[in-house]
Amino acid sequence: MIARMSRRTLALLAALYLLCTTAPGTHAQTTLLNVSYDPTRELYQDFNAAFARHWKAKTGETVSIKQSHGGSGKQARSVIDGLQADVVTLALAFDVDALNRNGGLIPADWQQRLPHNSAPYTSTIVFLVRRGNPKQIRDWADLAKPGIDVITPNPKTSGGARWNYLAAWAYALDQPSGSDASARDLVARIYKNVKVLDSGARGSTTTFVERGIGDVFISWESEAFLAIKELGADKFEILIPSLSILAEPPVAVVDKMVDKRKTRSVATEYLHYWYTTEGQEIAARNFYRPRDPVVAAKYAKQFVNVRLVTIDTVFGGWDKAQRMHFADGAIFDQIYAK
Amino acid sequence: MAGAATALGGLRGAARFEANTATRDPAWVKGLVLSLSLGFFLLFLLLPLIAVFVEALRRGWSVYLAALIEPDAVSAIRLTLLTAAIAVPLNLVFGIAAAWTITKFDFRGKQMLITFIDLPFSVSPVIAGLIYVLVFGAQGWFGPWLGEHGIKIIFAVPGIVLATVFVTFPFVARELIPLMQAQGRDEEEAALVLGASGWQMFRKITLPNIKWALLYGVILCNARAMGEFGAVSVVSGHIRGVTNTMPLHVEILYNEYQFAAAFAVASLLALLALVTLAVKTYVEWRASQTAQPGEVP
Repeated sequence: MIARMSRRTLALLAALYLLCTTAPGTHAQTTLLNVSYDPTRELYQDFNAAFARHWKAKTGETVSIKQSHGGSGKQARSVIDGLQADVVTLALAFDVDALNRNGGLIPADWQQRLPHNSAPYTSTIVFLVRRGNPKQIRDWADLAKPGIDVITPNPKTSGGARWNYLAAWAYALDQPSGSDASARDLVARIYKNVKVLDSGARGSTTTFVERGIGDVFISWESEAFLAIKELGADKFEILIPSLSILAEPPVAVVDKMVDKRKTRSVATEYLHYWYTTEGQEIAARNFYRPRDPVVAAKYAKQFVNVRLVTIDTVFGGWDKAQRMHFADGAIFDQIYAK
Repeated sequence: MAGAATALGGLRGAARFEANTATRDPAWVKGLVLSLSLGFFLLFLLLPLIAVFVEALRRGWSVYLAALIEPDAVSAIRLTLLTAAIAVPLNLVFGIAAAWTITKFDFRGKQMLITFIDLPFSVSPVIAGLIYVLVFGAQGWFGPWLGEHGIKIIFAVPGIVLATVFVTFPFVARELIPLMQAQGRDEEEAALVLGASGWQMFRKITLPNIKWALLYGVILCNARAMGEFGAVSVVSGHIRGVTNTMPLHVEILYNEYQFAAAFAVASLLALLALVTLAVKTYVEWRASQTAQPGEVP
């Protein structure tokens, strides 16, 4: 009796599994995989829907865009290890360069293929503090004061964190009598105040916003706006430092993959769509600074004017910055080990 | 299984100790230990479990249901079930084969085999995932060959299944080995002497003997297969709607400020765990009945 019953149960379970696992959803349509960094989830939800409409209107084809998000460096590593990305939209050019250095997935001159260094939107680094700014934080130097708990992700795995670090460094260099030594000292003192080093920007946001840890969160501007939008302006406020860095998150078609998957035309159009007025509007609506001057003027109130330096002028490009600051045994390792 | 039987034996033992003044613990000791363990249970096990359901239902049933029938969630649930549906039967076969080899044969390196079966328990799941990236990744040993032939292993369903099989491997074998060792080979030998074929012996003698232990192992294996996070996270690639399992989906939702949805999916996972526990308890109870026929009505 029991044997018969368990056999029937088994058959039932098997049928249930089959039902669950072979449901529809595999009919032919173009799919793109966009491998992106951590805080762009909301941005690409918006953008993908708009692009799918655009592509449908233009070609009559239905395109479905799949997303993968994580720390920028980790995501690049996954693509190198075989994650089949048609396009990558990462936090910084160095991580996209990695696709060229390892496995030659893209050509070396990828950054010249699209306008504005292949970065259709920009952002910068700001501070998010608790409402009323109880610790009286004004500028980068305040982050190094004793007793300030700073939240920032790990520069080894997170692109945003590298921008944070370099912005602090650039600020110190910019001070009267600023030098590499004084910059190193300031950055070392800031990281001494870091209590939690998450692997990605979104993890840090959660630490600061949800778990309530820390006095100040060094954050992407877009991420800071989003935290306020999602969780209330009555809890946090954004502070703009006297100097910050122009963050250019680049986008690229992964040549080896689109040729194999025969998706080059739709992948290329996907990235070009960023440079249209609609694309630029979507960026601005999601708190990324648009490149298009007309759209930028429209959203001028949202984005405070801040003195911005670039990675090329202050640090001589990503290659050099990476070697000097973030490589194994480089400055970040030296100051964080202490 | 031996564990289940001793637990019951232990209960009877406790009653005997209580009845005897010489062996009875002072009341305050009993009270202290009892409140300590109950307090711990409430604070660290029951409270979080309740919190999951409270958070999940905070925005009402409609939000809860919407979170579960949303396409990415459905795909995560489906992938989790598919993974378990492949990993559990595979480990059922591997587990029986390994336990059979170890308990019925003598050979050199037997101790080593036993140690290796435990390897997935002692290795961190992250390493388990990385092993497969190193072996099957595009830059790994077999990566280029697989790429040329258009075979996807990591960042696709096969990789997730492989990682899950790895971390759940010991459950079935670990349950069977002590039991089969205790039972010895006598009954099987008798069956063979009486003219049974190998298959008949397995079906009529071995299987009924190990039935409950086997089921117990399968349940544990299934629970872990559905809940595994670390190893799967490394090989998944986190493509939503394609390679996210339920635990990964929970993390993604949480990171997207969709707290109610995250807890809704988490509550479904917790429910699966509770069902597993209920089945496990039933199996233990059945096992203790078969272990002591006649003693319990």
